Amino acid sequence: MTDFHVPVWGYWMMGLGFAAFVALLISYIHKNRGFRRPIFASPYVLWIIVFTVIPCLLVAYFSFTDPQGNFTFDNFKNFWDSNFNARKAMDPELIRQYEDMGLTLNDLGLSRDSINIDTLVFSLWMAFLCTVICLLLGYPAAHIMADREFKLGPTLVILFIVPMWMNFLLRTIAMMSLLEDNGLINSVLEMIGVGRQKLLNNLAAVQLGMVYNFLPFMVFPIYNVLNKMDYKLSEAAMDLGCDKWQTFYKVTLPLSVPGVVSGITMVFMPAVTTFYISRLLGGGKVQLFGDLIEAKFLSTSLNEWNVGSALSLIMMILILASLGLLRKVDPEGEGGGIV
Amino acid sequence: MKKKTLIIALAVLAAVAVAAVVLILNRGGEKKPTGQVVNVYNWYDYMDEEVFDLFEEETGIHVNKMYFTTNEDMMVQVRVSPGAYDLVFPSDYCVERMISENMLAEINFDNVPNFSNVSKDLVNPDYDPENKYSVPFMWGTVGILYNTTMVDEPVDSWGILWDEKYADNIIMLDSIRDTMGVALKYLGYSMNTREVSELKAATDKLIEQKPLVKAYYVDETKDKMVAGEAALAVVYSGDALYAIEKNEDLAYVVPKEGSNVWIDPMVIPATAKNKENAEKLIDFLCRPDIAKKNCEYIWYSSPNAAAIELMGEDYTENATINPSEEVIANCEFFHDIPDNFLTIYNSFWSQVKNAR
Repeated sequence: MTDFHVPVWGYWMMGLGFAAFVALLISYIHKNRGFRRPIFASPYVLWIIVFTVIPCLLVAYFSFTDPQGNFTFDNFKNFWDSNFNARKAMDPELIRQYEDMGLTLNDLGLSRDSINIDTLVFSLWMAFLCTVICLLLGYPAAHIMADREFKLGPTLVILFIVPMWMNFLLRTIAMMSLLEDNGLINSVLEMIGVGRQKLLNNLAAVQLGMVYNFLPFMVFPIYNVLNKMDYKLSEAAMDLGCDKWQTFYKVTLPLSVPGVVSGITMVFMPAVTTFYISRLLGGGKVQLFGDLIEAKFLSTSLNEWNVGSALSLIMMILILASLGLLRKVDPEGEGGGIV
Repeated sequence: MKKKTLIIALAVLAAVAVAAVVLILNRGGEKKPTGQVVNVYNWYDYMDEEVFDLFEEETGIHVNKMYFTTNEDMMVQVRVSPGAYDLVFPSDYCVERMISENMLAEINFDNVPNFSNVSKDLVNPDYDPENKYSVPFMWGTVGILYNTTMVDEPVDSWGILWDEKYADNIIMLDSIRDTMGVALKYLGYSMNTREVSELKAATDKLIEQKPLVKAYYVDETKDKMVAGEAALAVVYSGDALYAIEKNEDLAYVVPKEGSNVWIDPMVIPATAKNKENAEKLIDFLCRPDIAKKNCEYIWYSSPNAAAIELMGEDYTENATINPSEEVIANCEFFHDIPDNFLTIYNSFWSQVKNAR
């Protein structure tokens, strides 16, 4: 397609990289302790500085400056009032002219508007719903998969993992063609006499897409914890007179809390920042906070970037706050998660 | 100590082996351009690539192909890497902005004799009034693509997009200028209006329409229309031709209230390193047989009168690709909107997109 070639030194780099990997592997096999750990950590530290710390600082910088680079709080005022910048862009002289014609800012549709806040609240609600649904679906699934007596458990694990080998966008686009009016599901529904339903381009479709995409992030942390749990504990509970339900309620459930916490975090975070899924399955009619931020950054008008940064920063702070809360529940990070 | 030596030896061996194997496997693919080059920056799938091979054969100038997906991407790239591009294909309103920011070089039309093939009505366009910087490559309109089996009445007005009969059967463009433009034109205003009250009226009109809209799409629209997922859709004429070719029930019309007509021109950045080669390529693309080849591949309207003559009735009888002069007379070019006014536009569009 393009004229992009891998340069000759690129092959040497790849060869060297592979060789380094082989060397690492051999040294591991021989339990060679010649290398110190901090040396191994340094590439990751560099990575995190370049791709995490600096971008975060840039977001903070953009959200407190105007396009000319002067310090300002206006971007945050745009969060409270989505028409703030539009009003600022209007010439005061022009506003006066309109007022002479009897048109107030309200008539012009440029008075205070809470679009950004409404959208954020709506996104939080959608993410909350998504997390609850994932938990209700995911916990029993993880429990079954981790059950030592259930022979198909490992097969189920594989079935959960295999779809993740495909890019999530592809899966979401495939979902679009399943759900559309002349799609597979509607054809089946018509055949069995239920009749065609409106399955796409509504809130339910967006929610379905979110649950579908994020469910594995709920299932696996819980599965990990349940799988590693000492099954002798539940056997002991049984021996001491608990019935099945009591065993679950008194032993398994409390022990799986770290997994649940980790699962909730890993579902809620991507869910609250979702975009694109909502566009594909909501037909561009459902806007989540992620879509709002995306639109700011895709605009040709440069000052929208600063507003977009401010919105991102608000979102990041919200997520940080909720992570802090979760950390209190799971201080050890036993869920194997990112808390 | 012995183990360490062994490891290092193995590592070096592996490196040499892998590099050697990959180099040998890839030898065939390495083709170094020799001598003259021209760096072309174009939309994806917007050129019959054979044309470049022909150009290389005839002139010995190697064409380096690079691609972009949005005008904004392109503008940023041209700004941050001066000298990287010799020939660029922006949209018309972007050319206006690039001229005002001194980003473009004046084309030496002595090197472009085939420019005489370009239709006279497309010379001196609004975005380049003295026609110093650009040569039209393709052009087209925005209109309504409809499914004749689902729509009974004749379609000739934007008003049909507000008809409740077609609730949940209408696809709009998820694109701020195009969709605001539709509402503005329906209300009888200019698509380039700077009147806030007119934008507000258009916004209200679009919010009123939202419950009837099935979806806001851009690239998906044509496939959905081919699949019969909606009765009416706002599309670019090129997408309409693509869809009509795949589904005979579809038809395209430019509404009587007028619409947007656009040109995609070719321009040379001021920083271009191979300006003369770029001019040679422009001239080559304006040659009737080459313009015909490209037009038949991309299937947008051709600005090349001589190429149209070559294509004959296939082209001239097709009202979608070759709209009548009355239709075009009703249409407007988009003008660039300055940043601060675009903020107002964005605010209104956000109101439409977030209406519930």
